[in-house]
Amino acid sequence: MTATALPLVEHFALGLDAPICLTWELTYACNLACSHCLSSSGRRDPDELSTAECKAVIDELQRMQVFYVNIGGGEPTVRSDFWELLDYATSHDVGVKFSTNGIKIDAEAARRIAANSYVDVQISIDGATAEVNDSVRGEGSYATAVQALQHLADAGVSPKLSVVCTRYNIPQLDEFKEIADRFGAQLRLTRLRPSGRGADVWDDLHPTQAQQRELYDWLVAHGDGVLTGDSFFHLAAYGEALPGLNLCGAGRVVCLIDPVGDVYACPFAIHDQFLAGNVRSTGGFAGVWRESELFLELREPQSGGSCKGCDQYDACRGGCMAAKFFTGLPLDGPDPECVKGHGEAALAAVVTKPAPSLDHSHRGGVRGGPVPVQISMRRPDRACDEDPLTGMSLTGLPA
Amino acid sequence: MTADVGVLDRAWDLSPGVSVRPESFGALLYHFGTRRLSFLKDRRLLDVVQRLPDCASAREACLSAGLEPDELPAYGRALSTLVDTSMIVERDCSKEHL
Repeated sequence: MTATALPLVEHFALGLDAPICLTWELTYACNLACSHCLSSSGRRDPDELSTAECKAVIDELQRMQVFYVNIGGGEPTVRSDFWELLDYATSHDVGVKFSTNGIKIDAEAARRIAANSYVDVQISIDGATAEVNDSVRGEGSYATAVQALQHLADAGVSPKLSVVCTRYNIPQLDEFKEIADRFGAQLRLTRLRPSGRGADVWDDLHPTQAQQRELYDWLVAHGDGVLTGDSFFHLAAYGEALPGLNLCGAGRVVCLIDPVGDVYACPFAIHDQFLAGNVRSTGGFAGVWRESELFLELREPQSGGSCKGCDQYDACRGGCMAAKFFTGLPLDGPDPECVKGHGEAALAAVVTKPAPSLDHSHRGGVRGGPVPVQISMRRPDRACDEDPLTGMSLTGLPA
Repeated sequence: MTADVGVLDRAWDLSPGVSVRPESFGALLYHFGTRRLSFLKDRRLLDVVQRLPDCASAREACLSAGLEPDELPAYGRALSTLVDTSMIVERDCSKEHL
């Protein structure tokens, strides 16, 4: 209706007054040691936010009208105040979606989740069989996840089954769907990022070009029935856009708060390069969101760089910033998994990859830790936290 | 599109559990029950939505927000979308009319 009306996605690219939602890693502590863990979790950080500090953050999110938080970790449920914080958030107009490997989801926890209508839970599983899953997430983790799914089903909760797509589980897409259907869950597939420990195993685990096409076709065939956390927008260059924003929301509509209160541009970018500030600073989270130089820069119009001349740039917009950064690629060039193959060529020219800024991995690993199917060194991952916009349906209103 | 006329002639409230967040371009609406997000790409549409609870009809809300009559069909369609996504619900005003 107005002369200045922009397409919806352009408004988002310029940033919002507050995130629509954000990812909040509550702790770096985790009972598992997944080889592709994007936050290199394992050990709790002694400087993690206290219960009171977490509640203060929630108060601020309420004032900013951040609609919900995606809580992850580490394994968030191992925090002794986890349920307290969850109830505090939902009673302060901040919805909660949390990711867990299922370790604390017993019958009582399932009933507790069922009783709070503002809570969604997603169970991470990275193989449709114990063999494939445990090779990445560790021995027994498949059984733990399945048991959690059963408790949730018994309590009448419809969770999400969250899968990070790898070279080894893409042949199991139909099986994942069957598992989700069996437990009344909604399947959610997300992209493997080379973040955290994922950088060490990405070469071995990331889907082949042929598998990317297979995944894209499968997603198109299943439409809205399968969630993706908007994480495969680089595949839009195959043709039809997948459901979702198809936009990198980093610092524009989403961000990450880590366990010590550091604010990063996105869940997949825990690195000094993408650190915008800390919630403990004078201006709090709102100050970081509104004034950090990094976020203001991300909200500037993007040039497209070496991708600008590509006929698919409008579809993929150069792909994922974090995927480029952690594989050593320039941020204004192609995504490492560019479907046109430009990423592979660029990767061949990479000399050095960035060193990690943080590592909370268990020293010496954990008992029953992941043993790669093939030759990789570690595997991690928590069902990677997805893009905070996951599961969201957008309705653009014509003016 | 004939349904839009019906939308304009009825009275509406925001659904319980819907949060409205103004933004420079318009507003974001989030429904905590359905987990759906809607996007109002127009400040005047936000104005209309905010006026709905105090108006006897959506048409009245539109006109009091300063819309011209020829703009009503487009706004009716936008409001229909909000009805379809349960962001606004019809208010029973039979008692008021009696």
